[in-house]
Amino acid sequence: MTTLTKESGAPSSADAGAFLSVRDLRVQFKTEDGIVKAVDGLSFDLERGKTLGIVGESGSGKSVTNLTILGLHNQQFATIDGEILLEGQELVTARENELEKLRGNKMAMIFQDPLTALSPYYTVGRQLSEPYMKHTGASKKEARDRAVQMLEKVGIPQPKVRFDDYPHQFSGGMRQRAMIAMALMCDPDLLIADEPTTALDVTVQAQILDLLKDLQQEFGSAIIFITHDLGVISQMADDLLVMYAGRAVERGSVKEVLGDPRHPYTWGLLSSMPRLDSDIQQALTPIPGSPPSLLNPPSGCPFNPRCAFKSEVPGTLCTDARPPLADGRAAACHLTAEQKQTIFIDKIQPRLR
Amino acid sequence: MSDNLTLPAQQGPVDTSRETLLEVKGLTKHFPIYGGFPIKRKVGAVQAVDGVDLTVGVGESVGVVGESGCGKSTTGRLITRLLEPTGGSITYAGQDITHASRKQLAPVRSEIQMIFQDPYSSLNPRQTVGTIIKSPMEVNGIEPEGGREKKVRELLELVGLNPEHYNRFPHEFSGGQRQRIGVARALALNPKLIVADEPVSALDVSIQAQVVNLLQKVQQELGIAFVFIAHDLAIVRHFSQRVAVMYLGKVVEVGDRDSIYNRPRHPYTHALLSAVPEVTVESDANAKERIRLYGDVPSPISPPSGCRFRTRCWKAQDKCATEEPPLVQLSGNRDGHLTACHFPEDPTTEARAEDVVLDPALKALEEDAETGPVTKD
Amino acid sequence: MLRFILRRTLGAAVILVLLTVVAFLLFFGMPRDPALLMCGKTCTPDALANIHQTLGIDKSIPEQFWIFLSGLVMGRDDFSQGSCPAPCFGYSYHTNENVWSTLIDRLPTTVSLAVGAAILFLIVGLGAGLIAAWKRGTVVDKAFTAGSMVLSSMQIYFLGPLAMAILVFQMHLFDEPKYTNFTEDPAAWFTGLILPWAVLSTIFAAQYTRMARSSMIEQLQEEHVRTARAKGMSRSYVFFRYAWRGSLIPIVTIFGIDIAALLGGAIITEFTFGLPGLGRLAVEAVNFSDLPLLLGVMLFSAAMILLFNIIVDACYAFIDPRVRLS
Repeated sequence: MTTLTKESGAPSSADAGAFLSVRDLRVQFKTEDGIVKAVDGLSFDLERGKTLGIVGESGSGKSVTNLTILGLHNQQFATIDGEILLEGQELVTARENELEKLRGNKMAMIFQDPLTALSPYYTVGRQLSEPYMKHTGASKKEARDRAVQMLEKVGIPQPKVRFDDYPHQFSGGMRQRAMIAMALMCDPDLLIADEPTTALDVTVQAQILDLLKDLQQEFGSAIIFITHDLGVISQMADDLLVMYAGRAVERGSVKEVLGDPRHPYTWGLLSSMPRLDSDIQQALTPIPGSPPSLLNPPSGCPFNPRCAFKSEVPGTLCTDARPPLADGRAAACHLTAEQKQTIFIDKIQPRLR
Repeated sequence: MSDNLTLPAQQGPVDTSRETLLEVKGLTKHFPIYGGFPIKRKVGAVQAVDGVDLTVGVGESVGVVGESGCGKSTTGRLITRLLEPTGGSITYAGQDITHASRKQLAPVRSEIQMIFQDPYSSLNPRQTVGTIIKSPMEVNGIEPEGGREKKVRELLELVGLNPEHYNRFPHEFSGGQRQRIGVARALALNPKLIVADEPVSALDVSIQAQVVNLLQKVQQELGIAFVFIAHDLAIVRHFSQRVAVMYLGKVVEVGDRDSIYNRPRHPYTHALLSAVPEVTVESDANAKERIRLYGDVPSPISPPSGCRFRTRCWKAQDKCATEEPPLVQLSGNRDGHLTACHFPEDPTTEARAEDVVLDPALKALEEDAETGPVTKD
Repeated sequence: MLRFILRRTLGAAVILVLLTVVAFLLFFGMPRDPALLMCGKTCTPDALANIHQTLGIDKSIPEQFWIFLSGLVMGRDDFSQGSCPAPCFGYSYHTNENVWSTLIDRLPTTVSLAVGAAILFLIVGLGAGLIAAWKRGTVVDKAFTAGSMVLSSMQIYFLGPLAMAILVFQMHLFDEPKYTNFTEDPAAWFTGLILPWAVLSTIFAAQYTRMARSSMIEQLQEEHVRTARAKGMSRSYVFFRYAWRGSLIPIVTIFGIDIAALLGGAIITEFTFGLPGLGRLAVEAVNFSDLPLLLGVMLFSAAMILLFNIIVDACYAFIDPRVRLS
């Protein structure tokens, strides 16, 4: 399990010690209209106890990636290639019952909408206890104690009583807390949070984000945090992966990617959203056009039809060749490093005042 | 009319010279709840909007922010008279339209338009774009110079769509383009007031700015007044000259943009602003105050007595439960900056000596973290 | 919950009373004289008036209705045929028999047919549907889907005689369908009904296969089902605990309608196999303009439908806590 670098775009084998590493992941879905390349050659690493943010718009492949890590795609409709190594264990080719032992145990997931993500038919307590009993072999009583303890930890008032309530009897924020408690039942090493606060109000979101951060401190889980909200990600993540059309276009630490972005798409995202302290005179600069169809993605760089700096690249490189994403801190763009720096300082940074 | 335009750059005290276009007083909407045994009857009411005061000047853009259940969308629908108010009054250009009949409303209807949140469901999928944009003119019997079709093409051009796409259907457009169609439809009757209910929240981040810019262009170039309803505080700040903060069916604070965002007085406004996740790359993250409330907004079916925010407020005292705070100008506030609070906060959003953390779980975890490394259990 | 059932029962009772009024007015308020039929060819005005009196239709409509209604509740003994205890629907014009006892007499046939077929088609239909959903996209699924498509487009009056011709008369695999009382001879009861059950449930089972399959597939795509998988619960556990529970709701709804209709009398099946159930009774009543009998059969079917409506609603509450606790 040490063969890592298969293609130039992948980080070097120096990261072999990574807790989770994804190598050249490709996920394709067969649909009536053709083949959708939802994830198209994605590689990243995650260290134990760290938070990796994945940011992208709808259709960028960020959610598909994480369902793939958990092995939740039906093999019948999805074609999955590449490698996913969790502490050296290969997940793409793993058997279903091996994955079942990992899911909810070593890796757990928090979904976006806690109302639809919890079953309306069973009590919150039962839904929390189930994975604990299955993975640890605990008795019903032990599972109950653990669930009550976890509910209390995430701030559910009267956890002993609320254990027997159904999800619809919880408010939105409390439901998401219960969802977090459920994910943490077996003390997972990897927690995947897919837009966990998008469905919540802003004051509740702030509570949940802080709670997740504090719980991570205590439980030491590594987190993959998926969102479309750059503000949220800047509060939560250590490292950041910007995804566009099923590919990673920029990678680096949060500070690097948001403070000194190197990809035109990241520039576009940052300058198209107002901030609470931005200059009101400064007009927003939207990204023109709309995200591409994954059935028929643009040739070359998938961002080229919307890119404002395409003309800076000589010839037809942008439409001909897909720019690779180098190791470590990198952006998948044909602009030279010098160009990126000048454009950012001269044209982009002034917009972000 | 364009003389009245205030560009967003012009901050400062409220422009009192502005003529009032819309005045809402004590606006109330209660949705009845039925139940009981053996015969169903009215057993309660969702107090969606409960005594809202709001004024909108000619050509002014007023933002309404708040969390789910605060009644901001209902307020928008009441103003456009898509809903019948339970109480209060709505005065448009000096005319009381609170309970105006269809006929009485007809001349006003064309002047007040609405843009909806969901660009997918708010356009009839079986009509062409031309028909959709034309229909308000047909319904109101308006024949613009040069004909309706010409006007539609002009509108399409104005909102940044190809006039050639006149005969296309909504499904042939992307989300952002559909929202442009919605804007064109709203503009078809040369409105004086547009109520935009979460016009960008269903769109992808990269598309939101396109629509915000379009609305801003429309507002500034055509001198149209806006009621801009949204939960995204940064977008509301970007778009609105004045902002009203709503909580559980009431306006808790209203004022010019600078007052609300930089010198808020109501604890809820403080909490709201502090909760917005901001892109921070420098380690200046601590420059902002940190307030973490506990729990969710209570049900509008039986809202708390007195001040409705008191159940989640760190400053609440007995008085808050018994006496509803009036929406008034506090000393030190600018003209037009009104706050409904017995114990207002200092007018700053700077970091406090100590964070306000009401969430017991958060508190416990943070105390644990401070007292030293915890062993994993 | 109890309150809910009480309210629904009360509502059903109101509907039943209204239905009785409407049906009574329709049947007895029509300008058609059932006595003419009974009077025969040599009818004198005196004889006709006599029959009118015996039938009790010489009185005004409201008066007749009042008598009918009080008879339902308290019974009557103003009939020449003898006393008629509550619930009294009167005596058949045609057979001169007490309508209520006729209904009770025919009921076991209908109930046997309906319940037996229901058990069969639920087991076969839901089972096949679950297997198809479990093996979605495979050959098994495709075969089940195609099979159920063909079978559910069949009709009793085609499948019934066909089965009779082949299985009974040619191959002698089954006895000729015949109703024997269960208490008299359970074995004969069973062998006499097995063919009607099989034919009736074939068509229903095909429909339930399709319904169960699509309902399960829909449920399996629910987010909470995905969450359960993400917790590491096994595929079968998630299938039977999470998805199955949700897919029950549409199934229970349709089953409530089907079983109520079957208990009101499976007319075509009863005719095809010559079984003396409520369905045949209804047809006979129509043919002979037997108003009291027709009214009895109709009200009985209506009561069945209302009853199962309440049962279905109670099932919802049992399945879904959101219904129960709201």
